[in-house]
Amino acid sequence: MSRATYGVMADFASEQSYLAALKSVSQEGYRRIDTFTPYGVVGEDGLVPRPRSPVAAIMLVAGLTGGSGAFFMQWYATRVYWINVGGRPVFSWPAFIPITFELTVLTAALAGVAGMLWLAGLPRLEHPVFSDPRFRRATQDRFFICIRADEPGYSRDAARAALLRSHPESVEEVFT
Amino acid sequence: MKPAVNIEEASRDNELLAPGQSMESVTRDISAIPLDRPHPRFWWAAFACAFIAVMGLMASVGWLFTKGVGIWGINIPVAWGFAIVNFVWWIGIGHAGTFISAILLLLYQGWRTSINRFTEAMTLFAVACAGIFPLIHLGRPQFLYWLLPYPDTMGLWPQFRSPLIWDVFAVSTYATVSFVFWYVGLLPDLATLRDRAGTLFKRRAYGILCLGWRGEGSHWHHYRKLYILLAGLAAPLVLSVHSIVGLDFAIAILPGWHSAIFPPYFVAGAIYSGFSMVLTLIIPLRAVYRLQGMITARHLDLMAKVMMAMGWIVAYGYFCEFFTAWRSGVIYDQYVAVNRVVGPYAPYFWALMFCNVIAPQFLWSGRLRGNIAVLFCVAFAVNVGMWLERFVIVITSLHRDFLPSSWGMYHATFWDYSTLFGTIGLFVALIFLFIRFLPMISMTEMRSLAGKQKVKP
Repeated sequence: MSRATYGVMADFASEQSYLAALKSVSQEGYRRIDTFTPYGVVGEDGLVPRPRSPVAAIMLVAGLTGGSGAFFMQWYATRVYWINVGGRPVFSWPAFIPITFELTVLTAALAGVAGMLWLAGLPRLEHPVFSDPRFRRATQDRFFICIRADEPGYSRDAARAALLRSHPESVEEVFT
Repeated sequence: MKPAVNIEEASRDNELLAPGQSMESVTRDISAIPLDRPHPRFWWAAFACAFIAVMGLMASVGWLFTKGVGIWGINIPVAWGFAIVNFVWWIGIGHAGTFISAILLLLYQGWRTSINRFTEAMTLFAVACAGIFPLIHLGRPQFLYWLLPYPDTMGLWPQFRSPLIWDVFAVSTYATVSFVFWYVGLLPDLATLRDRAGTLFKRRAYGILCLGWRGEGSHWHHYRKLYILLAGLAAPLVLSVHSIVGLDFAIAILPGWHSAIFPPYFVAGAIYSGFSMVLTLIIPLRAVYRLQGMITARHLDLMAKVMMAMGWIVAYGYFCEFFTAWRSGVIYDQYVAVNRVVGPYAPYFWALMFCNVIAPQFLWSGRLRGNIAVLFCVAFAVNVGMWLERFVIVITSLHRDFLPSSWGMYHATFWDYSTLFGTIGLFVALIFLFIRFLPMISMTEMRSLAGKQKVKP
């Protein structure tokens, strides 16, 4: 019985050794790499090919939509439900700014969270790496690098050797 | 050899993380509180007391819904009684969390790390308590949805030019964004709890709550961006919320309320009361759960300093109110100022001055600030003082109307007090449920601190 392989995964005990290993693996030409770290590590940029995060753009568009929608709603409501307050203008826009601001923030924040989850592919409760018993420490104190099997020209032994050169704690194959 | 030890001892006080803490140890120590339940006796005792108060709140609100707002001390001229005082007090307490999480994050204040999770939770619970009051004060609470813009068959809309409607949007946005910010911050920690949980049920529960977080590079990539942007949004939001609460008063023409200083002075007061509540809660909790290695003396010292600085802004606000009343030349404004100091509610005013202006001055001394008992007493006094401040603003301005024929007095009833203490119970009960089930310090951020710490041989 042979199971499909997801990749070869190594774990490292410190941020320094992890970054050094990532650099070495990336210099060997590996591009389809998954990393799993107990906190967001700064300095991975350039080592793993990753497009700019579009979260900011999502939030900007959502915020502008929410804000202009809120402003329009207030303009419309005061027009159709006309309350004359001592002859003051019905389109008293400065009074509409607080609600416009609040709804800008609300829509931007909610869209940002939805966008982040969508881009990260969450919620997703199953994943091949969860079958690795070592993986429990990825959310605690170990840094993991996984060379995926969909790498062009992937060979298990070559990937294992590439990871072993950086002196990991262990290297194991991960199955889907 | 001796001086070297002294230097190390001295620097220890300044550290945000006690020496010897590693990624493994911070994760173990923080996750042990929800997973392994240390000190259950303390937890049960505190939770039981709070729970009794929550039952009192249920009874008070039930009786209120049966009889109407007449069971409170409110009447004409004082139509805004405890409900509004408590609302403003709670929403103010709810400002420290987002201030610590968002504004201090943007200002690169690393010391926020071990207290931000707890204060964010505190914010949520305080806003929940605050939100109860305007709704039960409505008189016809079953129509609370009339506050929202919805397609009404009669073509009615809320009055968008009223600060009270701004308040509805401000508070509900604040509650939602605070929750989202807190939950996003929790995701990696929930994954840690999933991976450390002993039983299948807990593993599944935390696994579902963390949405399957794996700590993958692409997760962190988007997550970090989102977190900093949420902080950027929450920072002006937190300032807007209490400004709008301030405008609830300032836009009214009532002497004592109609003042341009109100929005900034309310924001400072909110952060002041928020920090004092954080200190009041965190000083006992860090002792009980032995978190002195993570919430260090330096954290308490910095929070005390922020509290004192905010105290001065608030004191300036008090001064400004009196100065403006005097300079305005309006007899009604001047009368309200004098009436606060020597009128029937003068004891409240002087107690407020003692709690908010005099008590924090003890914190000038580094020795007193370092004394946990003194710091706790001052923080507690400020909590009381901030409640008194709102009482003085609301009640003394209302009880003497323009015409002496419509003067009156406000006397709080049993139900006023039972609702206030009921919400305090609700707040404490929620805090204890939070401590029991979720990590009260961000393990992720603490690991990041520990991972970057220089390894000493």
